[in-house]
Amino acid sequence: MTAIKTGARRHAIGAHALASLILAPALAGCVQIDTPDKPIEINLNINIKQEVVYRLDGDAKKLIEQNSEIF
Amino acid sequence: MRVKQWKPGTMAMAAIAATAAVAVAVPSAMAQRDPAYEQARADGQIGEQPDGYLGFVSTPTDAVRKLVTDINIKRKAAYTSNAPQGSTVEQFAFATGCNLIAKTRAGEKYKAPDGRWLTRDSGAPVRDSRCP
Repeated sequence: MTAIKTGARRHAIGAHALASLILAPALAGCVQIDTPDKPIEINLNINIKQEVVYRLDGDAKKLIEQNSEIF
Repeated sequence: MRVKQWKPGTMAMAAIAATAAVAVAVPSAMAQRDPAYEQARADGQIGEQPDGYLGFVSTPTDAVRKLVTDINIKRKAAYTSNAPQGSTVEQFAFATGCNLIAKTRAGEKYKAPDGRWLTRDSGAPVRDSRCP
């Protein structure tokens, strides 16, 4: 019984290691893609790129219109 | 053969439901600012910040402090529940802040990207370079 358990655990560890091997290069690839495009930070400590502000602009306008009492 | 007949009762119920829907929808769309809030803005005691929240230009009275804290909590809730997929609450608040500073009226205060409180005049406000 102990032998079966140990065998199952070894199998689980093996699968885990295999998954790590497959995932590791994929994760490294993601990091490399992200690094060159650093957001511009001026005085405000908010991590946001200009393109994101532009994309959110319509939703921001709608929010102000629909909640005029708090803006 | 089946002919659907409209009973007068059904029609009346539908009419009541439609009226109720309008009555609920209108106040939220037409809701105006609290007069005390409007006054504090006009007096330059408080102003719009680039982060999408209100700030104190000068040391506030207890009443103004409470009013602003209350509004900022409501704003945070609104940013949190409405931030589009893929953006953070801070990012959505910032994008809204760009609009709120643009919407300030002449005489009202707003915070420039360098942290100074400026008074809005007839020209364009000084905003973060990322604002549209």
